[in-house]
Amino acid sequence: MTQNRDNPTEISPPGGQQKTPIGQQKLHVEQQPLGDRGNFNADYISFRDYSFYYGATQVLFDINLALPERQVTALIGPSGCGKSTLLRNINRMNDLIDGVRHTGDLLIDGESVYNPYLEVISLRKRIGMVFQKSNPFPKSIYENVIYGLRVAGRRRKSVLDEAVESSLRRAALWDEVKDRLHESAFSLSGGQMQRLCIARAIANNPEIILMDEPCSALDPVATGKIEDLIHELKNDYTIVIVTHNMQQAARVSDRTAFFYLGKLIEYGETERIFMNPENSQTEAYVSGRFG
Amino acid sequence: MSSKIKNTTGPAAPKGEVWVWFTSLGLVLGLSMVLVLFGLILFRGLSYFWPAPVTQIELREDSESALRGMTTFAGVLAKTQQRTERVLAETEEELDEEDAGALEMIPQTFTELHLFIGNRDAYGQSFRYFREDDIVARFYPDNIIRAERRSEGDGIFYPLRLQLDDGTEFDVSDEGFEAALRRVVREARSRRSEINRIERREIGRINLEINDIDLERRYLQRQEALTDSQERWLERLGERLQALQEDFAVHEAEANELRRENQANVLFFERSDGGQGRIAIGDLFRYYYPNQLGFFDRIGVFSIRFWEFVSGYPRDANMSGGIFPAIFGTFVMTLIMSVAVTPFGVIAAIYLREYAKQGPVVRSVRIAVNNLAGVPSIVFGVFGLGFFVYLMGGSIDALFFPRAAEMGTPTFGTGGILWAGLTLALLNLPVVIVATEESVSAVPRGVREGSLACGASKWQTMQRLVIPASLPGILTGMILAMARGAGEVAPLMLVGVVALAPNLPIDGNFPFIHLERKFMHLGFHIYDVGFQSPDSEAAIPTVFATTLVLIGLIVLLNLSAILLRNHIRKRHLGSAF
Ligand SMILES: Nc1ncnc2c1ncn2[C@@H]1O[C@H](COP(=O)(O)OP(=O)(O)OP(=O)(O)O)[C@@H](O)[C@H]1O
Ligand SMILES: [Mg+2]
Repeated sequence: MTQNRDNPTEISPPGGQQKTPIGQQKLHVEQQPLGDRGNFNADYISFRDYSFYYGATQVLFDINLALPERQVTALIGPSGCGKSTLLRNINRMNDLIDGVRHTGDLLIDGESVYNPYLEVISLRKRIGMVFQKSNPFPKSIYENVIYGLRVAGRRRKSVLDEAVESSLRRAALWDEVKDRLHESAFSLSGGQMQRLCIARAIANNPEIILMDEPCSALDPVATGKIEDLIHELKNDYTIVIVTHNMQQAARVSDRTAFFYLGKLIEYGETERIFMNPENSQTEAYVSGRFG
Repeated sequence: MSSKIKNTTGPAAPKGEVWVWFTSLGLVLGLSMVLVLFGLILFRGLSYFWPAPVTQIELREDSESALRGMTTFAGVLAKTQQRTERVLAETEEELDEEDAGALEMIPQTFTELHLFIGNRDAYGQSFRYFREDDIVARFYPDNIIRAERRSEGDGIFYPLRLQLDDGTEFDVSDEGFEAALRRVVREARSRRSEINRIERREIGRINLEINDIDLERRYLQRQEALTDSQERWLERLGERLQALQEDFAVHEAEANELRRENQANVLFFERSDGGQGRIAIGDLFRYYYPNQLGFFDRIGVFSIRFWEFVSGYPRDANMSGGIFPAIFGTFVMTLIMSVAVTPFGVIAAIYLREYAKQGPVVRSVRIAVNNLAGVPSIVFGVFGLGFFVYLMGGSIDALFFPRAAEMGTPTFGTGGILWAGLTLALLNLPVVIVATEESVSAVPRGVREGSLACGASKWQTMQRLVIPASLPGILTGMILAMARGAGEVAPLMLVGVVALAPNLPIDGNFPFIHLERKFMHLGFHIYDVGFQSPDSEAAIPTVFATTLVLIGLIVLLNLSAILLRNHIRKRHLGSAF
């Protein structure tokens, strides 16, 4: 296994396929109905032959991946394999970095995020993001939650109040903070801050929520709360979560994608990935024998 | 690796610990120097206001310290010092002129008293050294007066008698003398403030209008042909001028009457050297018996003197009186500077840090800005004179005050408080830019990304999060700029500071804020009083007192900015930036 890590070229493509010419490569789309929640677009977020470069270094290699609507997809893989990069490209956060470049395309609901007529701001309004390190703003709890609404120009107090309460309730934080909404967000505990950031992300009423290791700095109790929250939220939102915690991925996600050295190794139903992986590296990784 | 560990014998002494001692030594040195300087200024500055006792000395008849035959002096002891002087040996008369090189000089040490003897009109100087071995008697006379006068500094003398304008006279031994003196001095003070009111308010207002009309009339008269309406206008101006001049004469007469009344009562006195004199009560601003005061009386006199110093107008060629116009000028100029430099600096820094594409151009701009801080301030003064005064001021004059400019009396085209403030703003731009850049770049990335992920634009992120979060840092830059700006003198001398300004930059005359006016400044006041006055020795205490006030003003300005900063910080409770 260590040998593989040192020499990426030895990794076989997903599903034992040999490399197919671009365009003919089969997307990982599974056309099954999504349980009792009705039929949703299975190709909601769609990477097509997507490669990404920081300057001269390529960090994502020909990714073909279709994430279904209103489901939780977990991205797993060893550190540095490009999970965050992939996630941050969905709402084009990586545009902030100088010298980045991509090839291929990335579509959300059939529309390319790189469409020159699409404003990146309106794109980001449709996509909430929760970061690994909670990043509350130096403002009150109330102002933190409605930040997205404020920048969108919403002023009506009734609308804002209503958004604060419903978002905090959904983030399971309302009961803890309802009496101190106008105190600084820095007075919260680490777990509360992270839930505040989730509340902030859902206050905008997005379609997609991106989470980059949201529980890595939290204790098991706070992690449990956030996992419950994810279960709760997936009824309404498409969630993409990066995690290093295999149990967490198994618990919260419907689908799992395993990355290694910038390549998508295997993707499928979480249960199948964990119980019956096709690829030997996936198996090694999910069973903790990797490296 | 292991061999290194083996070589160490005994407990390992941490290397480099000795440098810690050096750093603390440096700190102690620097700190003690600052404290000594500050203590000196505080002590010397405050003792200017302290009514110290007056001592009288009698000298030997033939002593060297005697002044034009006068051998008795009264004064305040400023300091006692040892002095060594090389004096000619006794044999000097026996030597020929050609042998001058052979003259024997022997060092001799003696003790000197440095006395503030006042009475500059009589002695020609306010301070004088007396050799201790010349003094035959020394005591503290009970009934000696120290008088603050309109001119020639303080007087120190014994009162003889008081002559009132109704013919009554009080001898100093009469019972009613003290009460009468106190009464007439009080009356004179209220007359003086009435005169001041008339001159500053009424006459000042009339003067301004007369100047305007005069300018317009002269301008019209220079025109070759006047239209009918211009003729009529000229006539109307003449009438108005006439009315104003009559008004002026009325107020002038009123003031002159008060002045005359103030000259009517006269105090006769005798100095310790025996010389006699008289002083009109109107010229006697305050008097007290320095050797009769108890501790709390002294505190009282001290407070009054301090208050008059900071609230009064200067007199006697800035040598005495107050320094209020200088305090006010410094304050207003510093305010103008801060108001001008902060937005410019902040905008420039934000552009440099957030919007400009980082590369060789921005890097060299940054280096240039940092080096700007090292340009001598006088260069900024020259630039301010050329750019602000001549170019901008000249253009404003040409556009809005063409007549005044044509008549040779520029309004903005000459030094003024606005140009001085802007010049100093330029001088301090690097300070604010550097401080702002630092604090803007200290705002964590997570906060920015969080904001952008919420759908905020870059500008919204700046405006709602980055700038508020870096406000404390921006204020730090402003504090540094204020401290430097308030103490700067050299560039101001080119762009509008004067030793004595007739009017304040803000007053009751329309349009109330006169940013084109010349102004007084504490730093320049120190230079002017300390180094441009005829009696430099007498100016030293004033210099210390003014320095103390300047430092106090800067501390006050900084303190308020620091309080503001702490208030802002508290709002961002717990934030790491
Ligand atoms: N701003 C950047 N500039 C250049 N290279 C970067 C940048 N950010 C990440 N990389 C590189 O891209 C690769 C993928 O990084 P990424 O952060 O996506 O990994 P990750 O899978 O999220 O890892 P982790 O699990 O440790 O968070 C890494 O090799 C990293 O060094
Ligand atoms: Mg990551």
